[in-house]
Amino acid sequence: MHAIALDSKYGVPTVAIHTNVFEKAVQSVTRMHGMSEARYTFVPQPVMGKSAEQLRAYVDGKSPISGRPVMQEVVEGLTRPAEGDRHKEIKFERSTPRLVDSDTDDNLQRLFLENNWTDKLPIVLPTEKRVREMLAQTSHKPDEVAGHLRSNQFRQHWEFTVEQVAVNAVMAGARPEYFPVILALASSGVSARGSTTSSMAAMVVVNGPIRHEIAMNSGTGAMAPYNQANATIGRAYGLLSQNLQGGSLPGDSYMGSQGNGYAYGSVTFAENEERSPWVPFHVQQGFKPTESTVSIFTGCRSTAFTLGVREKYWRQHVQSMLRGMDAHSAPTFLLDPIAARQFIDRGGFDTKVKMIDWVYAHALMPAGEYWDYQLIQNYIYPRATFGEEPYASKLKAAPDEMVHMFKPEEIHVVVVGGETNGYWRIMGCNYQRTVSVDKWR
Amino acid sequence: MAEGIIGAQKLSVLNPVGFPPKITPKAMAPRLDSLDGKTIYLVDPRFDDSGLFLRQVEHWFAEHMPSVKTKLVEMSSVYTKDDPKTWELIKANGDGAIIGVGH
Repeated sequence: MHAIALDSKYGVPTVAIHTNVFEKAVQSVTRMHGMSEARYTFVPQPVMGKSAEQLRAYVDGKSPISGRPVMQEVVEGLTRPAEGDRHKEIKFERSTPRLVDSDTDDNLQRLFLENNWTDKLPIVLPTEKRVREMLAQTSHKPDEVAGHLRSNQFRQHWEFTVEQVAVNAVMAGARPEYFPVILALASSGVSARGSTTSSMAAMVVVNGPIRHEIAMNSGTGAMAPYNQANATIGRAYGLLSQNLQGGSLPGDSYMGSQGNGYAYGSVTFAENEERSPWVPFHVQQGFKPTESTVSIFTGCRSTAFTLGVREKYWRQHVQSMLRGMDAHSAPTFLLDPIAARQFIDRGGFDTKVKMIDWVYAHALMPAGEYWDYQLIQNYIYPRATFGEEPYASKLKAAPDEMVHMFKPEEIHVVVVGGETNGYWRIMGCNYQRTVSVDKWR
Repeated sequence: MAEGIIGAQKLSVLNPVGFPPKITPKAMAPRLDSLDGKTIYLVDPRFDDSGLFLRQVEHWFAEHMPSVKTKLVEMSSVYTKDDPKTWELIKANGDGAIIGVGH
C-alpha cells in the first residue's frame, strides 16, 4: 500500500518486498487500488526471528512465488518500463445485481457456500418475503446507504444499502425485530471480519431497553449459544461484514494465521444492567440509560479467567492474570454480578472508574520485557521512537524498571452473567465505538 | 405438499454482496534507465524485524552494485499509518525506493 502511494502519488519508482503467504492479498490490494502493474517480489515467510545469515539467504535466493532471483526482480522492478495495458484486464465499473439467479433450495445453499457468502454453516435463504419482513422493522428506506466497511486499512471501503444489510440478517437467522441492532452494527464502520494475521474477532455489548424488547440474554449463559437474539445478531454481524466489505477469504482477504472461534458469533451479549452495581457501559460512553446502543470491541483473542475475588491474594491474582495477557491488547473485565460486588468489597471500587484506575496502576511489567514483545515492537515501539506519549517516556525506563502495560482509557469493565457463581474473565480487546440502535428503528 | 416437491421449487433470493469501490487506475512512476549512481531508499516499515532484513539488502547492493547509494530509513510510526514526511524526503533526495518486508 505504501509502495503504491510512493510510486503513483510521489513519482518515486518503488518495489515492495513481501513474504510469500501474502501473494494473493498483495495481488488483490494492488488491483483494487488500480495499480495492477505495481512492482513487488516475495521472500519466504517468516522474516521475524531469523538470523542475519538466514535473511541474507532470502536476499540471495529466489522468490518462492516466481522462482526468479529476488534481487533480479527488485532491480527490474525499478528499471523495467510499465507495460501499459495490464489495467485493461480490470472491470472498472461494476454493480452488484440485486438478485441471484433463481434455483432450488439445495442449489442456492450450495451457491452461497461456494461463493464464500456464508460462515460455512447453513443459512436461511434471503427470499423477497423474508427480506421485506426484515425491512419492515426500520423506518429507513431499503435503498438508503447504511454504511461502509473494509477488512483493513490497506483496502478500500465497500458501500451497502439497508436492504443489503437485511439480506445478511435473514441469512443469519435473525428475527425481524433484531434488525435495528444489526443495522447499528453495520453502520459502525467496524468490521467483524478484520484481516490481521493475529486472527482477531469482534465482541458486541448491547445496552438499554432494546435488550428486553428483543429478549436478549445478559444472565446465565449470555455468551454461549442459548439465546436467539444474542446468537443471530452476532452471526449477522459476521456475515454482513464479510459480504458487504468485499469478502473474507483466507489467503486473499483474511490473513488470520490460526483463526478464531470467537468470530462465529462475535461474542455478542447484553450487559446485565439490572444486577450490575455500577452504571451501564453505554452511560459511561455518554448515552442516557434510556437509550439503546451497541458497543463494539475488536482484537478479541486472549482471555484469562478465574473464580471469585479472594480476600488474601486477590491483588496478586489480578496482576498475574494481567501479566498473562498480551501487552498490546488492553483488558476488558467481563464480570458476573457476584464478582463485581466482590471487587467492591475487596477493593472499595464503588465505581467502574475506581476499578479501572486500580487496574491501570497495577498492570505493570519490567520495561525490558515489555519492549521485547513482538507486538509492542511492531505497533508501539515505532510510535515511541518518534516522540508519541506516553510511549516515549516509557522507552526511557531502565530494563528492570516497572512500566504500565496499558493506558487507563483502554481498560473497560462490563457486567454479564447469571450469578450461578462468581466467575469472571478478562478479554484482551480494543474498544472501538458505541452506536445508537434507536437511530435505526 | 411433499418435501421433494418443495426442494425442487425454484426460489428467488437476494444477493448478499455490497457494492465495490470504483477502481481508478493509477500510473506508475517512470522507471529508471539504470541504477548506476542512483540513490535508492530502503524503507523499513518496522514490522516483524523488517529492518534486519533490509540490512541484508543493503549489503547485497554494496557487494553486487556498489555504484548504487542506499539509504536505510525507518517509517515515522507504525506501518499502518501513512508517512508523507518520509515520502517527501525520498522524493526530494532519492531516485527509487524498496519497501520491505511489507505486510
